[in-house]
Amino acid sequence: MTNRAELTRRDVLKSGAALATITLAPGVTLMTFGGSDAEASAADAGKRWGLLIDAGKCDENCSDCVTACKTENKWAPQNEHATVENSSQWIRKVTLKDKNTGRKVSAPVMCQHCESPPCVDVCPTGASMKRADGIVLVDKHICIGCRYCMMACPFKARSFVHENVTDQSVNAPRGKGVVESCTLCVHRIDRGRIPACVEACEATGNSAILFGDLADPESPISKALEQYPSIALRADLELNPGVRYQNL
Amino acid sequence: MRLILALLIALGLSSPVHADEHELWPEVPKATGEPHPEGNEYWRKNHPTLLLHDRDLALREGDRDIQASLGTCFTCHAVTDEATGEPVTIEDPRNFCRVCHDFAAVQVDCFTCHRSTPPEDPALRAMATPDEPNSIAAYLERLQAMEAEQEAAQTEAGQ
Repeated sequence: MTNRAELTRRDVLKSGAALATITLAPGVTLMTFGGSDAEASAADAGKRWGLLIDAGKCDENCSDCVTACKTENKWAPQNEHATVENSSQWIRKVTLKDKNTGRKVSAPVMCQHCESPPCVDVCPTGASMKRADGIVLVDKHICIGCRYCMMACPFKARSFVHENVTDQSVNAPRGKGVVESCTLCVHRIDRGRIPACVEACEATGNSAILFGDLADPESPISKALEQYPSIALRADLELNPGVRYQNL
Repeated sequence: MRLILALLIALGLSSPVHADEHELWPEVPKATGEPHPEGNEYWRKNHPTLLLHDRDLALREGDRDIQASLGTCFTCHAVTDEATGEPVTIEDPRNFCRVCHDFAAVQVDCFTCHRSTPPEDPALRAMATPDEPNSIAAYLERLQAMEAEQEAAQTEAGQ
């Protein structure tokens, strides 16, 4: 453990080790701090985490992904005043029925982790943010609870916490007065684990949710997207979401 | 005369002149684990700054290798209730944070969102090893095996 009391400016500069100096033009240099050590433990800008949900494999009567999310992030059970309109929903099962053919299809919908997220555009404080690896989060420390992001989100992915919360998970702090949404289980990803919904879906044997790195062309998710047809929800908005759907 | 003497002695014992430090200052609950290399005084003074600094690292940069997190604090600084054997929450005045914050009358809003007891599963706060079934490495391996299986089935069907 480093002794932070004795850490001086000189130490910080030294520990940066790789002080990269890039010459942009004669006389114009770009200096960046931080060696590979510092970056190794942080969100990797070279990655983009995403999900591919195969509605063909998703069982209409199964909601294990939702249950797993509730258990992992402790957004349920909620207070007695909670209704469908005002309760927190990080992930929900949506069933679609084609009126003409009668074909029913079911799939989970959560934060779509857009590349150009409207929630980030409208946030007045910068609380709504996108990490380097494409995960869209709410920085609840600076969220003022204005709920603009909830209005802006075309997927209704965000919820507002209306009442006091106790006994939160250490990994998913949440409380009254701020907005929350699916974090793609960022606390698990940062420690090299797959999101809870993906784990639960695999455990049912359906394996309808495929998790992976969209930025890596060799990853199973990228290969599947390349090989088979898939759609983005509300593709007309050109948000380039990190969550994609098949057989919807 | 004897009564006055007894009264004097009683007064003398309860006189604030003889009160030791523990009565004037809050008694900080004992912690477990390794002591801070910077010393307790440093952390007493600087913990707000350190917590603010490291929370931004964790949340915005995704750097989980931080020292100052509430989860890490409570791993060592939990006060256990002797009757129930459970760590006390922020609702309890014996809670580590509350002991001093109550004394200094400084209200913190950390615990409207954050858990005020030790992490439920400390093992999940460590980096995953590839042999854990829910690690990304193990997951990708399973996907690869599944793909190979499908390919084998396809070639078999083709023959």
